[in-house]
Amino acid sequence: MVEHRPGLTFLTHAILLAGVAIIAFPLYLTLVASTQTAEQITQAIPMSMLPGTNALETYKIALFGGQSAAGSEITGSAPMMLVSLITALIIPLGKITMSMLSAFAIVYFRFPFRNLVFWMIFVTLMLPVEVRIGPTYEVVASLGMLNTYAGLSIPLIASATATFLFRQFFLTVPDELVEAARIDGAGPMRFFKDVLLPLSSTSIAALFVIQFIYGWNQYLWPLLMTTSEDMYPVVMGIKRLIGGDSYTEWNVVMATAILAMLPPALVVMLMQKWFVKGLVDTEK
Amino acid sequence: MASITLNKVFKRYGSGKTANLVIHGVSAQIADGEFVVVVGPSGCGKSTLLRMVAGLEEITGGEISIGNRVVNDLEPSERDIAMVFQNYALYPHMNVFDNMAYGLKIAKVPMDEIKARVDKAAKILEIGAFMQRKPRELSGGQRQRVAMGRAIVRQPQVFLFDEPLSNLDAKLRAHTRLEIQKLHRELGITSLFVTHDQVEAMTLAQRMIVMNAGVMEQFGTPEEVYNRPASTFVATFIGSPPMNLLKNAPEARPGTILGVRPEHLAITSEGWALCVDALETLGAERLVYGRWLHGAGDELVIIRTDEGQPVPELGSTIHVTPRADRLHWFDATTGKRQ
Repeated sequence: MVEHRPGLTFLTHAILLAGVAIIAFPLYLTLVASTQTAEQITQAIPMSMLPGTNALETYKIALFGGQSAAGSEITGSAPMMLVSLITALIIPLGKITMSMLSAFAIVYFRFPFRNLVFWMIFVTLMLPVEVRIGPTYEVVASLGMLNTYAGLSIPLIASATATFLFRQFFLTVPDELVEAARIDGAGPMRFFKDVLLPLSSTSIAALFVIQFIYGWNQYLWPLLMTTSEDMYPVVMGIKRLIGGDSYTEWNVVMATAILAMLPPALVVMLMQKWFVKGLVDTEK
Repeated sequence: MASITLNKVFKRYGSGKTANLVIHGVSAQIADGEFVVVVGPSGCGKSTLLRMVAGLEEITGGEISIGNRVVNDLEPSERDIAMVFQNYALYPHMNVFDNMAYGLKIAKVPMDEIKARVDKAAKILEIGAFMQRKPRELSGGQRQRVAMGRAIVRQPQVFLFDEPLSNLDAKLRAHTRLEIQKLHRELGITSLFVTHDQVEAMTLAQRMIVMNAGVMEQFGTPEEVYNRPASTFVATFIGSPPMNLLKNAPEARPGTILGVRPEHLAITSEGWALCVDALETLGAERLVYGRWLHGAGDELVIIRTDEGQPVPELGSTIHVTPRADRLHWFDATTGKRQ
């Protein structure tokens, strides 16, 4: 805004604050709930908006499990967090590797049916995981990959979006760079490693952040293909704490939710600089 | 160091009915240590020719040899050449040193030697002060030097330049032109330099190839090309303002074209009668545009005079005489010199 009118400044700030409140309130509520005891949450109506004093104990139970104050047996989320972390790392890393290499092949090599291959990859964009979840389950089951990390991650790795993203990026790399590298004697893989990979670093970072969160937040697919408790990701863990036969301990649920939110938030915060760079500028 | 031999080189894009022949059998022999400029209008195939020598384009027909080796089937890196690109093509994520050293690292040259060679090149080009900077932190002229440095450290048999000056401003271009000349004198490496700018061609070339529509029109020293153009195309492409090509001059013979450069026409008391059509003053010289008065057909004749000469009035009649030893006769149908 070019004009400096106090009224306008007030209005813009009010709108911004309202926006922040709308986004932050549920998070605050979760945080507050996780510091109170289960009784405090259920008995006080409406529940108290001030932090309670039970934080340490609740988080200990949420993480490592044990007997809660209300008497129910709770499974700790630490092992589930590990499952989530491993899948959420395999998915973006696998995705980046696969899609970079396929984009590299499509952009830089002349092979028969190159365009057909590209369009075949592209067409899979049209099919979300949910649509092909039945057949995918069949395949994974018959390959004996149920309840394994491979089963959790591989079906989610193949990605037309990422291939498309890298293809578009590679197309903007000037041809002269390839030619200069050829004259310098760099073979295709050397060119990929020494030139394309460093140039794509910001795109890789952006993609990593997005795909880490995507992997971390997977719910439907793990729900379908994991039957053994030690392969449950944390998102499923939250769901299992709610309802069921036993009494829902909301403080533990909220604490687990907070814990489950932390790693993606951490990834975003740590990679924010790169992430934004990857989305806005391409340094060529 | 090496000579370059082009033997009936053809380039065709596509095949069958959509085939597009862009180089029509160019043959040329470039001597060891020579600086040859390929010049022509855009789309004449000059860059394609250079890229075929570099190995970046396949050769459809004919043979290219560097030294005594036929290089048709060799990879660019095996041809012992170095190339400077129009947009420099520096690796954006590497600093100046790494940009220059990359080729040598791949060739597994020992690190001491790489350092020595890069330092030497940096000294010649005066870029030692920013070896640690990235290309984007350099000005256009500095990038251009780094690109040349990258070519020098390879110690190639042949330098290939693909319009390396066209991204520089006019002042820097003139300066870099002199530097390239100096560099060539010092290193004596056979060089092939592509440009569309005739001033660059005239000033840099020991010999120049004038190309038009995929055909080599003339191959000779700048003096030869200027004084004895092989065709009407060369006559008008080299020299500014272009040579007058006259069909209706009093001396004209049917089926021929008379060529006279504007500077070889002098305003005299008698001679060809012209009506002054327009005047252009360019500082040190003046261009007089005249039209025939003897009624043989309309044609524009450009005369170049010094600024000290009297200024003819617009619409007045002047007489001009061409220098008898500077007349060029061309065949009217083929455009070739007679």
